[in-house]
Amino acid sequence: MAVDCLTDKKVLIKGNYAIANAAVLAGCQCYFGYPITPQSEIGEFMSGKMQELGRAYVSAESELAAINMTIGACATGVKAMSSSSSCAVSLMQEALSYATSDQLPVVLVSVMRGGPGLGNIYPSQGDYFQATKGGGNGDYKLIVLAPSTVQECVDLTYKAFYLAQKYRNPTVLLADGLLGQMMEPVTFKPYPYPEIDNSDWALDGAKERDGRIIRSYAPLADNQCVFLERLYNKYKLIEENETEWEEKDTQGADIVLVSFGSTSRNVKTAAKILRLKGIKAGILRPVTLFPFPSKRLQELSNTVKKFVVVEVNMGQMVYDVKLAVNGKVPVELVHKPVGAPPSPEEIAKRIEELL
Amino acid sequence: MSKIIIDKNRCKACYLCIKECPKNLIKVSDQTNNLGNRVVEFCDPNGECLGCAMCATRCPDLAITEVYRG
Amino acid sequence: MATQVFKIPEIYRKNAKYTFCPGCDHGVAVRLVAEVLEEMKCAENTIAVCSIGCSVTLYDFLNLDSLEAPHGRALAEATGVKRAKPDKIVFTYQGDGDFASIGLAESMHAALRGENLTAICINNTTYGMTGGQLGPTTILGQVTTTSPTGRNLEYYGYPIKIAEHIALCDGTAFSARVSLDTVPNIRKAKQAIKKAFEVQAKGLGFGFVEILSTCPTNWRMSPDKAHDRVREEMMPVFKPGVYKDITEG
Repeated sequence: MAVDCLTDKKVLIKGNYAIANAAVLAGCQCYFGYPITPQSEIGEFMSGKMQELGRAYVSAESELAAINMTIGACATGVKAMSSSSSCAVSLMQEALSYATSDQLPVVLVSVMRGGPGLGNIYPSQGDYFQATKGGGNGDYKLIVLAPSTVQECVDLTYKAFYLAQKYRNPTVLLADGLLGQMMEPVTFKPYPYPEIDNSDWALDGAKERDGRIIRSYAPLADNQCVFLERLYNKYKLIEENETEWEEKDTQGADIVLVSFGSTSRNVKTAAKILRLKGIKAGILRPVTLFPFPSKRLQELSNTVKKFVVVEVNMGQMVYDVKLAVNGKVPVELVHKPVGAPPSPEEIAKRIEELL
Repeated sequence: MSKIIIDKNRCKACYLCIKECPKNLIKVSDQTNNLGNRVVEFCDPNGECLGCAMCATRCPDLAITEVYRG
Repeated sequence: MATQVFKIPEIYRKNAKYTFCPGCDHGVAVRLVAEVLEEMKCAENTIAVCSIGCSVTLYDFLNLDSLEAPHGRALAEATGVKRAKPDKIVFTYQGDGDFASIGLAESMHAALRGENLTAICINNTTYGMTGGQLGPTTILGQVTTTSPTGRNLEYYGYPIKIAEHIALCDGTAFSARVSLDTVPNIRKAKQAIKKAFEVQAKGLGFGFVEILSTCPTNWRMSPDKAHDRVREEMMPVFKPGVYKDITEG
């Protein structure tokens, strides 16, 4: 069922449809995709809506093609996106590496499912590394936004388009099968960000100016040194300006539970259970996975006795928390390999066992 | 009078143009360009050039930059 | 008063000098594309998509807005460009490995969708930039660095006939194979390239030209002998001709 793009109206809507709606409202002109569970509703919605609005939708022959079509559209300065899931996002890694080097505002929605390999269609957070560390070659970073509710799927889809344009860097909305498939009430506010002027780099024909080249080929090592320094200065700027996280009850907390995405919903309740039992537990939820709130975690490590990272994978974000805390206090992992997040009671119980 | 203009610094000494000229007016010269290539030269003392542009059409390196027929 | 019958197209970048090997037909192919764009007066409205291999350097020579695609993905990126900006002339310039090996799916599907794009594919029967390995168009018997005793059927299988395959796609408006071995054939090649751009400009579908070219360096031949090889070994297998032209009744 494709929900119409209505703004300022509360609707009950599935995460995947919410993301697609938000993309349309954000001004996405082109969508390119290939079906894969659990995100196929995004493409299904787009196929009808984009046609209706006179925008572009292409059923690509593969995810390789889909992400490269997105690169092509982005190179002309329009907002464009693709969406996919885990094993198929693997196919896109090469193009994402190119897109960072090309400095193109590609938006990719990655709705995680179980892996490795074909895995399964259950929710998972097993692609934290894939999104934040990159599966492509060379030194690069993707901006990664992790929603935890369907409303946030909307808000962060808007933000993904904005940040991608603002920094000319591929941006990933990292959701999971649970968020993609669940329904929640959502309000669609109009796209809240300013439009970014890209007339100084977009390809629109070399009229009364020299032809622009969007390329990553850098045959001279010296030039590439300069480029990479500049790219990483940009990432530093992104870290300074755009790091976003949610924090609760961390003042005077003995333990801080760190989690992202759908898992953080149950972690919040788990923290409540722990506090009722007299354990001073706070939570920290990174909203941006790159840039990662390392600085804040570092500050908290001065007052907190222990961090517990809760994730649905074999332990991935835990490494970033450990890096931030740098051995100052213990960092423990409570995890489930794949599937719906552990219940609040189970999380609370396993944390109690750690204390 | 027909003629061709050769940009010696573009010539890579593939010599494809030599065979192409119906009047055999292009020859290997005794000059070397800044790429180190023994370049070709246009010798037409008797004004035989037809201005057919076969040489320029064949040249893969834009070294024959202009052709005039007249 | 002499009239000028040949000049370098103005859409070349200032002082552009090819970095191709001596005698390489790439230089002629790029010039033909430049001449066609200039004749059609559409360079200012054109976006080029370059591919991986020797063909990538196109953007260094032609003063066009250009995008570089990962290996094999040129027609996917071109699809994205064209769908975003349908009023632009968009073309790819690719080698046979890029077009018909790693990028065969992207190439074929762009043709099947009938994308209003022009694709120019240089077929030199080898991977040139990497040193002359066996490619999708390496002909039977041909010795390359990865077919040291020659391409034999039992071990390597058949080469692909690209223009024929593209002609079979319903979305293709024009598909031809041309050769650059002689000046008359160079002139024919230009006509085919022009047609491949014209069908795009008219919105008729996918325009494609496969250009038989030399790679004297990797074939280990003089540029002149390389053209003999095109005539004697390649053209009997890859027959030049127009394989599809929907504008001809």
